[in-house]
Amino acid sequence: MRINVRLFARLRDIAGAGEVPTDVPDGATVRAVWDTLTGEFPEMRVYQDSISAAVNADYSRMDAALADGDEVAFLPPVSGG
Amino acid sequence: MPIPSYAVTTEALDLDALVRTVSAEAAAGPIGPGAVITFVGVVRNENAGRRVLRLEYEGYEPLAVRAFERIGEEVGRRWPCRLAVHHRLGTLQIGDASVIIAVASPHRADAFAACRYVIERIKQIAPIWKHEFFEGGDVWIEGASADANDEGARDAAYRLAVGGSAAPAVPAG
Repeated sequence: MRINVRLFARLRDIAGAGEVPTDVPDGATVRAVWDTLTGEFPEMRVYQDSISAAVNADYSRMDAALADGDEVAFLPPVSGG
Repeated sequence: MPIPSYAVTTEALDLDALVRTVSAEAAAGPIGPGAVITFVGVVRNENAGRRVLRLEYEGYEPLAVRAFERIGEEVGRRWPCRLAVHHRLGTLQIGDASVIIAVASPHRADAFAACRYVIERIKQIAPIWKHEFFEGGDVWIEGASADANDEGARDAAYRLAVGGSAAPAVPAG
């Protein structure tokens, strides 16, 4: 299935794009998408312990299962305000 | 014209509009407002010893609005008040307002506490990032892990809200 991955801030810089369509096996979790992504972009592994995620624009756990066409956003540590 | 209580925008922020909105909402409640507290976050010219030239704010807009809604729900469970939050994105110059918050409540103590809680929670969970351009380079500022369900972070924000400071009231020694 295909997941639309959204990347922000330094993650976007590393990937060179804010949206990265990513193919993963059916039933894959958010973490599996992250693992695929960090396999492609090893520089992102520095965020292994600080990354957060959202699925379809709401906060999600890393072990949530995904469906085809879902939008998964990976959030490096935030600095709003 | 009514404005949304929660928004992210590339336009200049309008604190008066926020104050009018929360005041009118609170006035419609059983006990009207007795206090309106506002917070304005401003782009500072210095950070960690660096001379800051400008900030470029990036955000994940739908989740940012969702974050403000969640913070509003958390506030509603603790303090009787009406609140509104607008956060700016894009390129901001020194002195520009980056975030504005207005809280209306029957009593000032609740309004002060709720307002402090809101800004602390925004810094913890809102999917917004500062790209700092300073004399000599640029850097992405990275603060809190954006875990909206982290109870420890929520408790820390609450303690700041009701205590006002993370430090002891009287310095030791």
